[in-house]
Amino acid sequence: MSTPETTTSHSTGPQETFVLNLGPQHPATHGVLRVKLTMDGEFIENAEIVSGYIHREHEKMGENRNWEQFLPNTSRMDYLGAMMYTHAWCALAEKACGIEVPPRAEYIRVITSELNRISSHLVWWGAFLIDLGGMTPMLYAFDDREHILDLLEEITGSRLTYCYYRIGGVCEDVTDSFLAGTRQFIKDFRPRLKTYHKLVTENIILRKRLEGIGEIPAEMCRKYGATGPVLRGAGIAYDVRKAEPYGVYPDLQFDIPTFPEGDCMARYKVRMAEIEQSLRIIEQALDKLPDGPVMAKVPRAVKPPAGDYCMAVEGARGRFTIRAISNGTTTPYRVKLRTPCFCNLSCFEEACQGMLLADALALMGSLDLVIPDLDR
Amino acid sequence: MNATDILIRFGLGLIVIVVVMTVCMYSVLAERKVSSWIQGRLGPNRTSIPLLGNIPVIGRFLTRLGVFQPLADGGKFLFKEDVIPAHVNKVYFVLAPVIAFVPALVTISVVPFGAYIDAATGAARTVILANVDVGILLIFAVASLGVYAIILSGWASNSKYPFLGGVRASAQMISYELSMTLAVLPVFIWVNAPGTPGTLSLVRVVEAQADWWFVLTQPVAAVVFIIAIFAETNRLPFDMPESETDLVGGYHTEYSSFKFGFFFVGEYANMTVGACVIALLFFGGWHPLPFVTWGDIAAWTGLPVNVGALGAVLAVGTFAAKVLFFLFFFIWVRWTVPRFRYDQVMRIGWRGLLPVAIANLVIYAILIALLERAGA
Repeated sequence: MSTPETTTSHSTGPQETFVLNLGPQHPATHGVLRVKLTMDGEFIENAEIVSGYIHREHEKMGENRNWEQFLPNTSRMDYLGAMMYTHAWCALAEKACGIEVPPRAEYIRVITSELNRISSHLVWWGAFLIDLGGMTPMLYAFDDREHILDLLEEITGSRLTYCYYRIGGVCEDVTDSFLAGTRQFIKDFRPRLKTYHKLVTENIILRKRLEGIGEIPAEMCRKYGATGPVLRGAGIAYDVRKAEPYGVYPDLQFDIPTFPEGDCMARYKVRMAEIEQSLRIIEQALDKLPDGPVMAKVPRAVKPPAGDYCMAVEGARGRFTIRAISNGTTTPYRVKLRTPCFCNLSCFEEACQGMLLADALALMGSLDLVIPDLDR
Repeated sequence: MNATDILIRFGLGLIVIVVVMTVCMYSVLAERKVSSWIQGRLGPNRTSIPLLGNIPVIGRFLTRLGVFQPLADGGKFLFKEDVIPAHVNKVYFVLAPVIAFVPALVTISVVPFGAYIDAATGAARTVILANVDVGILLIFAVASLGVYAIILSGWASNSKYPFLGGVRASAQMISYELSMTLAVLPVFIWVNAPGTPGTLSLVRVVEAQADWWFVLTQPVAAVVFIIAIFAETNRLPFDMPESETDLVGGYHTEYSSFKFGFFFVGEYANMTVGACVIALLFFGGWHPLPFVTWGDIAAWTGLPVNVGALGAVLAVGTFAAKVLFFLFFFIWVRWTVPRFRYDQVMRIGWRGLLPVAIANLVIYAILIALLERAGA
């Protein structure tokens, strides 16, 4: 069958449309996201995103809390990639105060962040396959993720909304069993990843569902500010870890996986390749992990000098930027949070025009949305 | 036919319904158990009846099997609040689940379960409720009523997701009925060779498979038929009308309590009938192996394995084993592959299966005609 796999609405002239409310309670939105779809039968004419159902005023909270007190808030935005977000806040405060973080702490940050990235991508993988009707991969993904969560729980005490990093380092040194467990996990996980590629990535139904579907070209990414795997799936090798290096990432070897197609399959492949790269980064960081303290000397009250500070990290979903303005007191004057999901979802309205409902949901799944990150 | 006959028929009918219902209930359990094996979980293992655990030695083991889960499920359906939303068309809304459920039970009446030789008279007997001459035609005719249940529920729910599910279902089921029927025709051309009394009875089909099972002589028809049965029973990867993650629940979104239970059990009843028909048409019915019948085994061993009660039990057992295998196959596929997109399903139906089925029919018709000419 050599027919074009993308299908668009061909109807012209007067037609009857109806509005379909996708959400705020819908299995495919993975949270309280609402999208008002104007439908022509099964085809989407127009989509309007109605967000804000889980808005919690994190930015305003930032203006009313100490620099230290705001730290747990950052882990409540992208709850699947909390490590990276707390890293952003810590790094921002360190930059503002001129605190030198001990190298051991920096390496621990890289190890935990990358473990967190893998667990986040695994959740996405499972949830995305559920969107496409494949229920089983989720259980396998969560099985692997469980090992990561156990490892991270051992040193951080929490399983999801970590508050492990501190301004000036990390709160506890890693244990030997954590390091051994991480090595063991990498050893066990590589063959599992191969199995996933064989079982899922090469599945003909999956490829028919994803290849050529939901194209978000680089130009559209630029227009809406989409970053992360969405942008890399459009062929642009942009990764904050390389573009604006932070921590000890410059000392580590890793590639930025890109796929030029810009469709759902490209974004899928980018994330799967990123898991492999993260494993590579963790291996190197484990080998290089230096001895020494894990906490710098930090003043009792963090009081950055007055100024405008900005810090970006590569979250699991893209570029997470915090801009904070200090007026020299213990509380930030203004906190601006730029989260990747918001920009990535902005593409959806334009990208889903004329698509089938099932395709649009595949597109939405491939954006890897975390609604609290979107609404913050 | 006198009153006793009618009573006996009634009793037999009741037994068959009870057996089929039990198979349906336990295939729900099998679905959950098999899915949990596939996904590396335990599955239901907590339901038990009082005092069962007090049986010495094996008691604790019995309580861990979860074999009473269907009772708990059924009880849950019965005792849940039966919500009829205010906006529905009440008559059709209530009628739809009944229509979903009844055809499956009606079709079972013409399914032969086995054959044996009467010890007293030496005549061949069939274990069947009604050996009607139009067997397969009746099954197709009654089973195709099932689509009305989905259309009616989609329409009567007066809600958008069930509506989309209903539209998809009607298109899908009508399309696949064509290929399904066409796939069966070569089988009956073969069975009804010139000179034999023309019949559509399923008993004749099984008798004709004493040597070659039709899956061996007509593999294409078998594959087309099995795929079409998947589509007809709305199982993954063809579960368009339901599409849990894009249409929420499809046609049964608005249903609750036992009305939903009817849809649920109806799906499994349809699966059971589908598995029966596959086993009868292509996999030799109650013949244990290709080229081997119970009669052959009796001749070789000298044991009365095809006579009387023993013969009936063995034949029905063989048939039941095949049906259970195909039920397992249905479940296995569901938890292995993702879902097709709606237009892909239609494309497969019209551009894939239908031409193949037609070509298969033409080729076999010519082939059978040539064979007969050569034979004559």
